Amino acid sequence: MRLSMDLELQDVPGQLLLALQPFRDNKANIISVVHHRDRKTPRGMIPVRFVVEMDRSKIDSVNAKLKESGISVVRSGEDRLIEAVSVVLVGHVLHSDLGDTVNRIDSTGFAEVMDVSLTMTGVEEPSSAYLKIRATGKAEIQKALAILREVGAEKKLLVIEPIEAEAL
Amino acid sequence: MRDIKISLVGYGIVGHGVVDVLSRKKKMLRDMGLNAKLISVTDHTGTVIAEDGVDAEKILAEKTLANLATSSMKGKEAISAIDSDLVIEVTPTNIVHGQPGLGHMEAALSSGKHVVTSNKGPLVVSYSRLKKLAEDNGVMMKFEATVGGTMPLISLVERTLVGNTIFGIRGIFNGTCNYILTRMTEEGIPYTHALSEAQDMGIAEADPSYDVEGVDTAGKVVILANSLFDMNVKYSDVDVTGITGVTPEALALAKKRGYAIKLIGDVPALTVRPTLVPLGSPIAVSGTLNSAAIYTDLSGTITVTGLGAGSIETASAILTDIISIYRTKRIDAIF
Repeated sequence: MRLSMDLELQDVPGQLLLALQPFRDNKANIISVVHHRDRKTPRGMIPVRFVVEMDRSKIDSVNAKLKESGISVVRSGEDRLIEAVSVVLVGHVLHSDLGDTVNRIDSTGFAEVMDVSLTMTGVEEPSSAYLKIRATGKAEIQKALAILREVGAEKKLLVIEPIEAEAL
Repeated sequence: MRDIKISLVGYGIVGHGVVDVLSRKKKMLRDMGLNAKLISVTDHTGTVIAEDGVDAEKILAEKTLANLATSSMKGKEAISAIDSDLVIEVTPTNIVHGQPGLGHMEAALSSGKHVVTSNKGPLVVSYSRLKKLAEDNGVMMKFEATVGGTMPLISLVERTLVGNTIFGIRGIFNGTCNYILTRMTEEGIPYTHALSEAQDMGIAEADPSYDVEGVDTAGKVVILANSLFDMNVKYSDVDVTGITGVTPEALALAKKRGYAIKLIGDVPALTVRPTLVPLGSPIAVSGTLNSAAIYTDLSGTITVTGLGAGSIETASAILTDIISIYRTKRIDAIF
């Protein structure tokens, strides 16, 4: 399972190494470490975001170890929705029940609409919307797009999907 | 020196370009060992025949051949009667029945003449039949100009990328749509306004439906699918959505997030639809340009871009096809 953890480290040498130790001890696979040296907190701490693959049962043990080392864990949790896709809809987006359109994606359990921007020009005019959909994986992104295509056909919306980076 | 007797059928914008280019490149062709002689030009008013080659300057000054025709023969009759080695077919495209080009190409191929064309109609309607006709008669049918105009695509895949497995081709195959979408994005103007601007500039036809409804792009998708992917598909197999529903607001929303909206044709998916393309992508070209991304197993993704239409540009693709027919023959002769 993929997890993301936001930690705060003191601005003294060796802290990052100290923070890594519990992950190593629990055989976590580190996906990324982003060290925000430019975004020091008011208390002078340095925020660091870890994304790791590890067994969910080990979170508590890692958290305890980090606390023992004097590292504060601001947030830890499952980073479920790891893939994202942008889509533009054109048509009577709002009047064809935008809430329902969003819900059809959200109710899948594997994909969610995370961002919606809507531009309306007039009551009778077609409106345009930008949607960002996040999902648990690449296959789930494709499933979410298939649902959106279906909804688009049903509600007479033009669904503009992104071009695939690779040939399928 | 090898003599090539060429007949041109169709004398519109592309036909004029062909006469001009063949005349301009006469010396270059001779340097390659090809004595290309345009011995006849045919349009809907009649035919100009000249055994030693037509007077390019004289006929380029005329819009049609009405004042110059030396024979009243037209179409198939002219193709069968005139003793040429190669027929250039550039009559207007009809994607439903392919005529009159289809009849012209059948007449040429069945009488043992090579065919070079920019006419999509016959290829969309009956590619496999025409291909077989060419093979049965031991001649070649070349059609680089039908897809992407001067942008090298078919020959690039067939020759340069030969040995690669081609997974797919996606691209912008209609300059009119690309121009309209580009202008809508740049100026925030509605579709109808951008269309009328394109019409004023001669980029869009008075009846633009063929371009803006995606019909033209779908025709090109069919040609690519049949010729490069051996798919044997028809126009009706393509899922087509044009650009008429795209709003300037949609373009602005997309742009804000780093995307352009382009009309993308996809083979082998057989789709034509407005698509989000990342702004930095090499296929996200602007204005009337066409582009294509070719996905291969060995060479990764190859992207080409170029002018998709225009008289001289289309004639350039036709010239390439003519030369390649005779160059292939020469290579075959050596080995």
